[in-house]
Amino acid sequence: MAVDVATVRRVAHLARIKTPEGRLEPLAQELNGILAWIEQLNEVDVEGVEPMTSNVHQPLRLRDDVVTDGNKVADVLSNAPKSADGFFVVPKVVE
Amino acid sequence: MSDLTKLTLKAAVDGLKARDFSSEEITRAFIANIEAANPRLNAYVLPTSDKALDMARAADARLAKGEGGPLEGAPLGIKDLFCTDGVQTTAGSNMLRGFVPPYESTVTANLWRDGAVMLGKLNMDEFAMGSSNETSAFGPVINPWKSGASNADLTPGGSSGGSAAAVAGDLCLAATASDTGGSIRQPAAFTGTVGVKPTYGRASRFGMVAFASSLDQAGPITKTVEDAALMLRSMCSFDPKDSTSLDVETPDWTQSLGRSVKGLRIGIPKEYVVDGMPAEQMELWEKGQAWLREAGAEIVEISLPHTKYALPAYYIIAPAEASSNLARYDGMRFGHRAADAKSLTDLYETTRAEGFGKEVQRRLTIGAYVLSAGFYDAYYVRALKVRRRIAEDFDNVWGKVDAILTPSTPSAAFAIGNRQIDPVTMYLNDVFTVTANLAGLPGISVPAGLDKGGLPLGLQVIGKALDEATVFQVASALEDAAGFVAKPEKWW
Repeated sequence: MAVDVATVRRVAHLARIKTPEGRLEPLAQELNGILAWIEQLNEVDVEGVEPMTSNVHQPLRLRDDVVTDGNKVADVLSNAPKSADGFFVVPKVVE
Repeated sequence: MSDLTKLTLKAAVDGLKARDFSSEEITRAFIANIEAANPRLNAYVLPTSDKALDMARAADARLAKGEGGPLEGAPLGIKDLFCTDGVQTTAGSNMLRGFVPPYESTVTANLWRDGAVMLGKLNMDEFAMGSSNETSAFGPVINPWKSGASNADLTPGGSSGGSAAAVAGDLCLAATASDTGGSIRQPAAFTGTVGVKPTYGRASRFGMVAFASSLDQAGPITKTVEDAALMLRSMCSFDPKDSTSLDVETPDWTQSLGRSVKGLRIGIPKEYVVDGMPAEQMELWEKGQAWLREAGAEIVEISLPHTKYALPAYYIIAPAEASSNLARYDGMRFGHRAADAKSLTDLYETTRAEGFGKEVQRRLTIGAYVLSAGFYDAYYVRALKVRRRIAEDFDNVWGKVDAILTPSTPSAAFAIGNRQIDPVTMYLNDVFTVTANLAGLPGISVPAGLDKGGLPLGLQVIGKALDEATVFQVASALEDAAGFVAKPEKWW
């Protein structure tokens, strides 16, 4: 499955990474190199195999549904690019 | 007094407890080493000397009262993806330049609880994506080792290159590191140090900047196997703040050291021979088998038939998880934000184009591709099925063997700039280490010999889940037999 420039443009947008037009062709070549190498997975017989998403063979733990943390507005905002009055401030966007 | 910075972690902890020297003394000695070496080695992105001295004095006060934890007063380096309260944490990325966490990772909190001192934050590949430290926004780390008469700068490996170089260059007693596909064990092999990745779930991921959550595991890089056993015990704990943390006891692994390997069955996987592997690495692997056989272990040839599919599966699974994990860097709540964006989408896209380096962008693009409509089943789900095949390979041999011996890497350290041309060539660095991540198994790299240029080579021991005890037992036997004492000649 060769990846073309249009596909790279679409995927870069899905990844929300601005990619200049001049970078699309080289990126398509890199991805094709990597994907060609990945194609070998098609040799493996995976008939009836359950997908493995985790190494942990235990059910997810549950805890009581109670408040354990909070009231840390200053901490939460301490790395905000911009904040005011206990809120994140984001650029005004009208679309 | 002899050079305190050359001590092992164990010897330093014992010396501190016996009050042969103070934590302030040994901390000052390391600060002097860092000041002298860091302009050349670039191992630390942020030395925290004032904080180190404060922590050292507090440790000395506890030691004076006969108190203190198992690592009391020992100066360590911390990989820059462990969040440290009030101290900048960047994961090697411009995206997080200036990010100061208001909380502490569980792993580092455990180390401070046990009395350790933080010398600073260590350089790494950006978001741990790399095998040579060249993807760091802070520039590459330089390996303290040189090959033969060549003066070429070598990579210390990655992504924990800063950790490995700092330990090899005596810029800390030991360091924290993390391993998603080999990022502890490969740099350890490249620098003549010991690196351990424990069983997935032993060490908490809380406060560790995420790369691929089902694979990421913290562990130490140290000078000796004993140091690794000592430090790993402090790092591991059950943590309710990490949903994949295992609620199990953390044993005292130092008890496994020096224990005879007589009767242990050691598996030699025939698939771990790759094209282009230097003869020296093959010979060292055979030597490792001979050492263990002489020590009374039984060498058993085994087959792990899906080994060659581990790396391609990894390069679907890890980028897919990364594309999800790194979606949080959107310029809104923390991290870099682009100026003058024209729309909300433009703000996201420009922020991420400016904040992420080339390799991170490449992997996020792959991740988005393999998760996208029409490709999800063909790539992502297939990779997850192959992952199970790889895990089953190991399950199928544990009845026959107690541990597995392999080379740590296909080669010794290479020159900076040498493998950047082709991403796949760079990815092959992790061919022997990545299987343990996919299967969640513990693995250790032990320095075991030198190549003809005098560069260190490592052997890896892989064990059953939660059986670090056997891994340490075998590693300790290898360390004893190898008698590896080489150190890089100081040029920095």
